[in-house]
Parts: sequence; C-alpha cells; structure tokens
Amino acid sequence: MYAQMVKSEATNEDPALLAAFQARIDAGEKIEPKDWMPEGYRQTLIRQIGQHAHSEVVGQLPEGNWITRAPTLERKAILLAKVQDEAGHGLYLYCAAETLGVSRDDLTEALLAGKMKYSSIFNYPTLNWADIGAVGWLVDGAAIVNQVALQRTSFGPYARAMVRICKEESFHARQGYHAIMQMAFGTPEQKAMAQDAVNRLWFPAMMMFGPSDKDSVHSAQSMAWKIKINTNDELRQKFVDQTVPQILYLGLDLPDPGLVWNEARGHYDFTEPDWSEFYDVLKGNGPCNADRMAARQKAWDDGAWFRDGLMAHARKAAARKMAAE
Amino acid sequence: MSNEWPLWEVFIRGQHGLNHRHVGSLHAPDAELAIRHARDVYTRRNEGVSIWVVPSAQITASAPGDKGPLFEPSNAKVYRHPTFYDIPDEVGHM
Repeated sequence: MYAQMVKSEATNEDPALLAAFQARIDAGEKIEPKDWMPEGYRQTLIRQIGQHAHSEVVGQLPEGNWITRAPTLERKAILLAKVQDEAGHGLYLYCAAETLGVSRDDLTEALLAGKMKYSSIFNYPTLNWADIGAVGWLVDGAAIVNQVALQRTSFGPYARAMVRICKEESFHARQGYHAIMQMAFGTPEQKAMAQDAVNRLWFPAMMMFGPSDKDSVHSAQSMAWKIKINTNDELRQKFVDQTVPQILYLGLDLPDPGLVWNEARGHYDFTEPDWSEFYDVLKGNGPCNADRMAARQKAWDDGAWFRDGLMAHARKAAARKMAAE
Repeated sequence: MSNEWPLWEVFIRGQHGLNHRHVGSLHAPDAELAIRHARDVYTRRNEGVSIWVVPSAQITASAPGDKGPLFEPSNAKVYRHPTFYDIPDEVGHM
C-alpha cells in the first residue's frame, strides 16, 4: 500500500528447496532472516519493505509542513507526536529490510537515485489545516487497512514491524478524524474546508492500494509467498466500506457520486480512480514529486557532516579507550 | 571505510520484575547514542523502564540448520515433564 506496484522477482532455484520453502509458507510458518529463502522472495521483500520505509519517511513532509501552523498548542503537540511516529515507523521498516542483507544507506541512496519509490499519495500537497485532518483520517486509515493484513505476512521481521506500527497507527487515524469532526461541526466555512479536503484526497487515497491486480502475475507470486495477504481490490473495498459511514456521520457529501450501497454484493459500489493520473504521479509528474525528492536529498546532504562527525568521534573515543587499557 | 552508523540490538525491560526483551534494532555511532535513539524509537509510549543495547555484530546465533540436532532430542524426553507421572488422587496435591 505504502508499497505500490512492487514487482516480484523471478526465482530460478532448486525445485526441491523451493517446494520445501513453499510448504513452510503454506503451513503458516514465519520465515526468519537466516532461513533459506528463494532469491526472488528476498529481492521482492527488499523492494516492498524498502518502499514502505521510504513512504513513512517521505510521509513526514506533507504533515511536518503544518506543525508550526497548527491552530492550537494541543493540535501542534499531537501533530508533532504523529510525525515523530512516522520517523519511527520508517526506522522499524528499514531495520526489517536490513535483515535481508541490504543496508539502510543503500536503500536511501537507491531512493535518491530514483531506483526506488515511495507511495504516490505523498506527492499530493497539504494546502490547509483541513488537509492535515483528512490525511490522518483517510491516508492513515487506508494504510491501516493494508497494514493490519500485513501483520500476517510470512517474513517474521516485517510482520513484527507491522504489529508495532498498527498499534501506533490507530492514534493517527483517530486524531485526524477528530480534527475533521471539529471542522465539519464548526462554522459553515470550516465545514466547506472539510468537504473540500475530503473531495480532493478521496481518489488519491483510493489509489494507495494500487491498480487492480487480478491479471498480475507478480501479485500471484507475492500472494503465494504470503508477502501480500490480500489483493489490492479486496483492500480497497474494505477501505471504502469502512469509510463511507464515517463521511456520512460528519454530514459531508460523499466525494464520489458512484458511492452507492449494493445490497446484492453487501458492499459499496464506487468509481475507480483515474489510473492515468496514478501512473503519471508514479512517473514523477505529481504536484509535489520534485519538492519531496529535493527535501530528501537536502536532508541527506545537509546531514552528512553530522553523521560522519559522530562516527569519527566514536572511532576516536574507542581508540582512546583501547590505548588506556 | 564505511561511515554508516553500525547496527545495535535493543532490549527493553517493560516493567520492573520482567526480563529485558528484544524489541528491534537501530543505527547509532556509539553505545551512548544507541541508548538515546532506543529511547526515542522504542519507548515513545511508556514501553520501558530500562534499556540494553548490544552491537549486532556481537550476537552469536545458532544456525537454522542446527534446529534438529539442537532441539529435537528434548521432544523425546517426556519424562522431564510433571504430567508424565500418574500420582494417585489419594496422595493429594503434589
């Protein structure tokens, strides 16, 4: 989700080993870092977990943008805590990826070189305070739908990171809904802002699940390996079904005229997002792609002297200690 | 030489009276900063009263392939469990 369009890697290994590996997965066993695993499994996970980690870190940018402009001290403290959580989530995930034999710096450099991606959603701007509430509620809400499922993913370190993240993420969605509630039940101007934020962020949030994967071979492999637990379509439907009543409670209009309860299916029908927009954003043409990458590059470059300085100090202190002993 | 901060394993004691438990890992240039980072990354919600950090490179782990020889022998030793022994009810609780 925070990992979209992750291509699964082909694997070309001993059929007996592959069969034994698949049997472990089918039996519901977790795979741990030192266990034998197909190279395709390892590479797919590095790509998926890495993209997920990058999303958590880049996801701090649209929200960090509003910390100094939060309307009250309480909202400022809440937003600060949420953004700090996102940094933590990125760290849990980088560590999970590192157990697969890639380093955090490698992953960061791959992102900066344009060889890895982060979720399309963070290429949309947060124009006003209502957007911050809507991001917490809709974007984190969509992320939770995906991440709850991923707690059962087959790779142990990834599943454990998801458990921690899910525990913390529910605060994110609730604080966002709470902020939007205050606006929806506030003055007509505030209500209009809440409506506008929901209208603008609805389809980008729906895109977070990625395009329909019913024809995708890569999805089939990832599902067989339990790297993915549900299809993109299943997760998207779940998100729609849980979110529509939340919108109605606020007294806001539904952001899509196609959102209609379908008695026969037992689900809400909805309009598919504009997938050409999605592919365009992935290609780098979203409203904020350039800004996000520039901010990541600047943080990486500006932090270099600090990372290197602390490392030099640690080496010197260790050498001094050794000499004294 | 790589300037990437080395990896540390983090262990947290959740409450007094419990063991330190492995919670995850992080990067830090030295032990002191590893503790500070662990505090920020792993105890944002009151999860701990004490932190241990150990350089990941210092951990020695058993090999997954040795699972059989290491752990299977104890499967066959059912007599190590109290339930192996039938004690008559008349004897009372034991």
